[in-house]
Order: sequence, then structure tokens, then C-alpha cells
Amino acid sequence: MTPIELSLTVNGERRALTVPPQRLLLEMLQRDLHLTGTKEGCGVGVCGACTVLMDGRPVSACLVLAAHADGHEVTTIEGLGRDGQRHPVQAAFLEWSAFQCGYCTPGMILAATALLQEHPAPSEEEIREYMSGNICRCTGYMDIIRAIQSCTGGAKR
Amino acid sequence: MSGEGMGMALEIVGQSVPRSDGQEKVAGQARYMDAIDLPGMLVGRVLRSTVPHGRLRRVDAEKARRVPGVVTVVTGESLRRDGRLNPYYGPALLDQPVLAIDKVLYVGDPVAAVAAVDEESALEALDLIEVEYEELPAVFEPLDAIAPGAPLLHEGELKPGGLFVDLTDVHPVPGTNICNHYVMKKGDGEAGFRHADIVIEQTFSIPETQHYPLEPHSVLAWVDPSGRIALYANTQQPFIVRAQLADIFQVPPSHIRIMVPYLGGAYGAKCYPKAEPIATVLAWFARRPVKLTFTREEVFLTITKHATVVKMKSGAMRDGTLVARKVECYLGTGAYAEIGPRVSKKMGTNGAGPYRIPHVQMDAYCIIYTNKPPAGAFRGYGLPQVTWAFEQQMDTLARELRIDPVEIRLKNLFVDGDTFWYGERLNALGLRECLLKAAAAIRWGEPSQALPGKRRGKGLAIMLKTLTHGASIAFVKVDDDGTAKVLTSTVEMGQGSDTVLAQIAAEELGLPVERVSMAHPDTDFTPFDDKTSGSRSTVAMGKAVLLAAREARERLLELAAEQLEASVHDLEVRRGQVRVRGTDRALDVAQVVRAHFRSKGGTIMGRGEFHTKLAREEFWFAAAGAAEVEVDPETGEVRVLKYVGACDVGKAINPHLCQQQVLGGAVMGLGQTFSEEMVYDHGQLLNPSLINYKLPAFRDLPAQLEVILLETPYSEGPFGAKGVGESAVPPVAAAIGNALVDAIGVRLYELPITAEKVLKALEEAGGAGPVGAGGAR
Repeated sequence: MTPIELSLTVNGERRALTVPPQRLLLEMLQRDLHLTGTKEGCGVGVCGACTVLMDGRPVSACLVLAAHADGHEVTTIEGLGRDGQRHPVQAAFLEWSAFQCGYCTPGMILAATALLQEHPAPSEEEIREYMSGNICRCTGYMDIIRAIQSCTGGAKR
Repeated sequence: MSGEGMGMALEIVGQSVPRSDGQEKVAGQARYMDAIDLPGMLVGRVLRSTVPHGRLRRVDAEKARRVPGVVTVVTGESLRRDGRLNPYYGPALLDQPVLAIDKVLYVGDPVAAVAAVDEESALEALDLIEVEYEELPAVFEPLDAIAPGAPLLHEGELKPGGLFVDLTDVHPVPGTNICNHYVMKKGDGEAGFRHADIVIEQTFSIPETQHYPLEPHSVLAWVDPSGRIALYANTQQPFIVRAQLADIFQVPPSHIRIMVPYLGGAYGAKCYPKAEPIATVLAWFARRPVKLTFTREEVFLTITKHATVVKMKSGAMRDGTLVARKVECYLGTGAYAEIGPRVSKKMGTNGAGPYRIPHVQMDAYCIIYTNKPPAGAFRGYGLPQVTWAFEQQMDTLARELRIDPVEIRLKNLFVDGDTFWYGERLNALGLRECLLKAAAAIRWGEPSQALPGKRRGKGLAIMLKTLTHGASIAFVKVDDDGTAKVLTSTVEMGQGSDTVLAQIAAEELGLPVERVSMAHPDTDFTPFDDKTSGSRSTVAMGKAVLLAAREARERLLELAAEQLEASVHDLEVRRGQVRVRGTDRALDVAQVVRAHFRSKGGTIMGRGEFHTKLAREEFWFAAAGAAEVEVDPETGEVRVLKYVGACDVGKAINPHLCQQQVLGGAVMGLGQTFSEEMVYDHGQLLNPSLINYKLPAFRDLPAQLEVILLETPYSEGPFGAKGVGESAVPPVAAAIGNALVDAIGVRLYELPITAEKVLKALEEAGGAGPVGAGGAR
């Protein structure tokens, strides 16, 4: 199959690359751009470990063709902070140790970032519902909820 | 004297210091296998059996070998013909070939493997390998596998693995599918029932479940020009995998080097060899680096939790005193023994429950070969299965005898000073306290008000687990800038060992915790550790680290005594300063090291080791779970309103991390209670994907989830600590099963608890029973 040419913005940088047409966004990030912070946890769009932001909205990179990112702006965990500073959600996850093995963490942080953009002060119920597309197998979730709440001035350590 | 020995105020141990891996992990920069590549690396892929049981008539890889980009194709036959390797491995029995030889034993059994320059070529080659099977009758359930006339999986004699002293008594029963039979008898055994006023018998069953670490098994293996083998692998057991590979390649263990990065979860799934043998064999033939990462479906087909049938019979007096118990456990270990025999021993040891019972007969007809994926270590190691049985049976007895379920447990449970089955005296249990605190947290005995049309109920369960044996060794080096590096082979798989072990070293060395860092396992340079599993790292490796830090500290104080012209006994080291007590004469640890070596540079070393002795268990860890549920009798839906996990951790080195282990264990237990089950049709796994294998998500959390940590210090543990990794899992299902009975009067015997099963049980019982009294009778 003929490779396709893409032009997109990844973490604020303009990128032009040529990929096979069947290339998934996840594969493109990991293999072509060496952005290995985005994780594959299921490959079928259920676990959310590969969550990235496309034009600010969360998508499962394992379900999106790289071609569909053409012309769009993609943010991965590597690009979430600015100027070497952690994004407030990253800082909250650190503060609450809201992770264990850390494999779900990049996707979890990006999903939480999207949640807080859509609902600046979510209730615990809203957090539980919105975040249900992201699986954590280690922590039992409670510290993640608290970390997200702390971003809205909710939980205090 | 050390900080621990003097009972000085602890500065670092007992604090919820931030995780040492946090900055990397929130930045997406923590290095896992998916970020480790080598130039010229090939991609490995595996062809797997499509039949549950069959003879291999023909495996023809010629066409596959001709695919452009394919470097190596290996089959069981090519391994045998090559003759230089020993193709069989296994920690308990040498029953598992690297690639199938003569027979396949389950759908998913590896038949051939390919290494190619890219994934596309590797997949094309797999498609072109021709395999002809002669299908044989297959058997899938443990009880069917021991029925007369059942097809035999392993026909020849099986050699012992020879790795572990505690597995020298593993003996397959010839002519059957039983690969081990654990027996434990106390008192008159079964004859003890003649003393009982009441006898009840029940059968419980538990299906296979998947560990589902988000990160799959992955290995990068290569052979250097001298013939040495090296691997990056996401294993929980680098030294044991090294030993097994050494046997396969018939080389000394030091001929093989294994390095372990961060693991993206494990829960037992990454114990013992998994992708390592195939990846290494591919690299050995290809003479190029090969990376083999299992697909998600392959992870499901690689390791599971033992499907188990537990038949349990108990006899008690009218006042609730247990007099006799007979337990039969039937564990389906799948196609290969793996570590099943040890799981069966652990299940057998703990399977009569944490109770004083004068007469016990335990027959763990354990580990029955079936034509399914191998089962092995899974967080809790047999306890989740037996706890589902013995804790529901305790409630059944309580109900039959009209005794409060808490009371009947208090009457019978082990307390300090009691003697365990094999004669060990129990101490520092904390079991009673776990039970009482958990019960109080759900307001045991107080009825709760259900919404109209709904029913509510409360239930609880307890468990006691013993530590597995093994050795742990640690080195501590203090460098000339006053920092310390701790070298261990403990694997950081999420549990927080890097943080906790650094806290232990920092406390003992008198250094700020930020000045202590942990090495990750590298079998060439980090000292031996048996494994990172079985809730053992904090206690076993923690103790080794404590002793190593103590030795380094003693050396530092000796040097500082000369330099400060003081007696060692007058010195203390805190916050990086060695000080003559009560004076301002002090040196920074960095100055002490530099002064000794009279240069920029220098290292002070300490070494520590901890062994568990074979004949006794080093510690017991106790836990309780308590649940309040709401049931809709119209739909069968069960909602957990509150779940409480209470665990005795001895001493919480890092309370936040302990709490998280309990929360995570409880939620993992909830998954096994309500949704997780591997479903097969004639040996074909139907749900090897998250689309139809349901893990607990945020929305499945109980409305309230609470943790209670108890601290009954264990004298041998570092600062009194015990393990906590597994404690919270086993009680969950039984606590909820018991709450269900309290709510609607029907008991389920098979996991998972689904709305469909609840409705069916209600139908059979003719509707929900009288309204529960909130746990109390």
C-alpha cells in the first residue's frame, strides 16, 4: 500500500511524516516519534492507557488511524507540562501518589485534564463516570479521585 | 546501637514520603519494556495451537523461512534436532517445552516462533507455517480430569524441576492427571466428626481469572559474540528465570544476564519464565537481538489463576466451637504444572481457615492437568479460592446455630500462642483486631434501611496467610557525596518497593530519604533475591536492606570516631550528620567518607541477608473484609454500598502506600467477585480481551471504600513490618457472599456473583428470605 504523508502538530511541534496507511495513531507516536509515554493496555479502546488529546479532546490512540490526526493538534503526556513545569494534574497525581505501576498514568492524567476542561468542578459522581474509560489495575482508584478533586480545591492532603 | 534497636523516634519510617518513582511516572518518562530497543533488533512472534489436545503430525516451516525479512523460524522439532538445548523447563516439574514437541496441550500452546526484521514479515511467516494436528480427546474441568478414563495430558515420566527445596516432595501420581497431592492431617482427621453436634457440607467453585497487568509480558534478548546471553525482561523473578534459562541452554547461570526495568503491573503473572524462553531461543538461533512482546490475547493464554473446586465439611458443637473439618481442594493447573504445586501447598496449609480445629483432614488433590492455559501465582496464592469456601461455611454454621457470625469467629479464631497445623507457634497475628475493626466500620449489628423494593445486608470474612520461604540479599554503598545506593533485586512493579526500601535504608543510615536511591535488578551486579511476590519484599528484602544499612552505618561510625576523636558509643547519625551526642562536634557523612579515603572518591559498603527457614513460616499476615450490599430482588443486581479492608501490616513503613495496596487489593477482589471469569468453549478462550473480560472501573467502586491498617509488630520484620501486598484480596468475595445471604437469604457457591445467578438462586429459594438484621442474628 502506498504510504501517506501527514502533517500535524505534536506537543506544540509541527511534524511532517510518511507512514503506512494502516498506521494507528498509537503506533505512530510510539514507533515513528518515539513518544513512549503513551501506553497500549488493551488495543481495543477500553482501558484508556493510550488516551491522548486531539485538539484538546481525549481519544484512544489505539483506535484512531494516524491519517485521522492529519492537520490536527495532538498532546501526549510528554507535552502536557510547559517549559519544564508539571501540569497541575501531573502535580496533583504526584502529590497524591495517585499511581502505582504507572502504566495507566499518562492516559489517566490526560483523561483527567480533559475532564477538568469540560467540567472545572466535577462532583465525585461525575469523576467516577467520566473516568470510567480509564482502567487502573493497581491503586483501587481512590487516590486518583482525590488527586482530581484536589485540582479543584476539593481534597486536601 | 541502631535507630531501630534504640527505639529512637523514627524520622522516615512511618512517614508517607512521596514515591521515588513519581516524577518519572507522572511525566510518562518511566522506562518500561516498550521503551527499550536495540539497533538491529528483530521482532519475535509465536504461532499457537488451535486445538486443545492433539498430536503434532507435521509442522512445516519451509514457506515461512522464505518470507523476505524472516531471519529465524524455530519449532519444537528443530529444537530437538539441534540437540544442544534442553527444551523442557518448569519450576516444579520439567514438563513444559519451549515450543510444543510431539503434542499440544491447550489452545494457545506455543508451536513455532519467528524472528523477522519487522512485525509484518513475522506475521506473514506465521501464516505460512503449516501445522497438522491429530486431535485427541480433551478434558477441561478439574473433576473431569481425575474421573476414570479421562484423557491423560502428560504420558511420560516427569522430571522434577530441581530448583526449590520446598518442592522436592512434588510427585505426580502415575497414570493420572494429578501432578501433586498435598495431605495434611491433624488429630483424628475425618474421624473427628463423631464429636460434632452439627455437620455441614458444601461445595464451592472459583473460575480461572486473568491477572491483567496493563503491560504485557515482554523480553528483549541477545547473544553477544562470546556466546553470553543477555535479556531485558519484565519478570518478577530475574534469578529464577536465569536459572531456568541456564538449564535450557546448558550453561552456568552466570552465562546469562537479566536486567529488569519498571514493570507495568504483575500480580503474580510475571513470576517464573513466560516470554523469556522463546525470546532467548529465537535470539540464540538468529544471533541478533530479538524482542518478543506478547499480544493481549497471548497474555490470557500464558497464565491464569487456578480454577478450583473446594469441598468442605465442618463439624461444630452447639455453642459454635469447631471440632472437625475436612477439606478437599481440586485445582485445575492447566496444561503445565508451572508453580501450581506450591500454590496447592499454600492452599492446603491455609485452607482449613484461621481457626483452632482439633481434627482436620486436608486433601489438596491438587494440581490437576487440564487442556487449558497454565495456572500459577496470582495475588493471594490460593487464599482467594479457599477463603471463598471457609468463610462462607463459617457463616453457614453461624446461621444454622443461630450464633452471630462475628461471635462464632471470635470463638474459634487463632490468637497469639496458638499452634499452627505443623507445630509452629503463632505470634503477632492481629487477626482478632482486624475482624473487630472491620465489623465496627460497617456498624455490625445495626440494621440499615434499604430503599423500598431493595434489600440490604452485611457480611464479613477473615483470612490468615503465611509467607513463602526464600532468601533476600542487599548491598548498601555510601558514596563520597553522602548519598547511598541500595543494590537489591527487588522488582518495582508498582507496589512501591523502591520507596519503602529506600525509607528503611535512610532511617538506619541516618540520611535524608532523598539521598538514598535504589538499583533495579541486574543479575550480573545486584545480589540474589528469590522473588518479588508473596508479600515478601518489605519484610524479607526490607530486613536485608536494614542489616546492610546497619553494617555500612557501623563502618561509618568507626571512621567518624577516629576523625572526631570520640568513642563510637557516643556518636549518632541523623539527617546526614555524624555527631558526638550532646555536642556540636559533627561531620557530614560525605566528609567522613572523603576523609577516610583522603581523596574525592570512596565507598563504604554494607551487606545484609535474610532467609526464611524452610521448616517454619516467618510471619503470618491477617486481614478482614466487611461489606454492606444492596440487592434488587427484581433484577438480581448487587451494589456494594461500603467495603472495608482491614489488614495488619506490623508497621506501616509508608502508610499511604500500605493503604493503596489495600485499596487496590480490595478492588481487584471486587473484580473477581462480580465480573472476572475466563469463559471457554471446548478449550477455546472466548473472552481474551477487555471487550468481554470485564475489569473493575471507576464506576464499579463501592459508594464507600475504607481502609483500616493495624500494626501488631512482628519482631523479625524491619521496624516490625509484615507484608501487605496480598492481604486485602482473599476476604472480598466471601464477605460479599455473606452479605448477600444477610440481604436476601440465598447463598451463591460459584464465583463470580452475577445478577443472573442471584435471580436464579432466588427463584430456587422461592424468593428473598426475611429482611436481614444488618449482620446480627
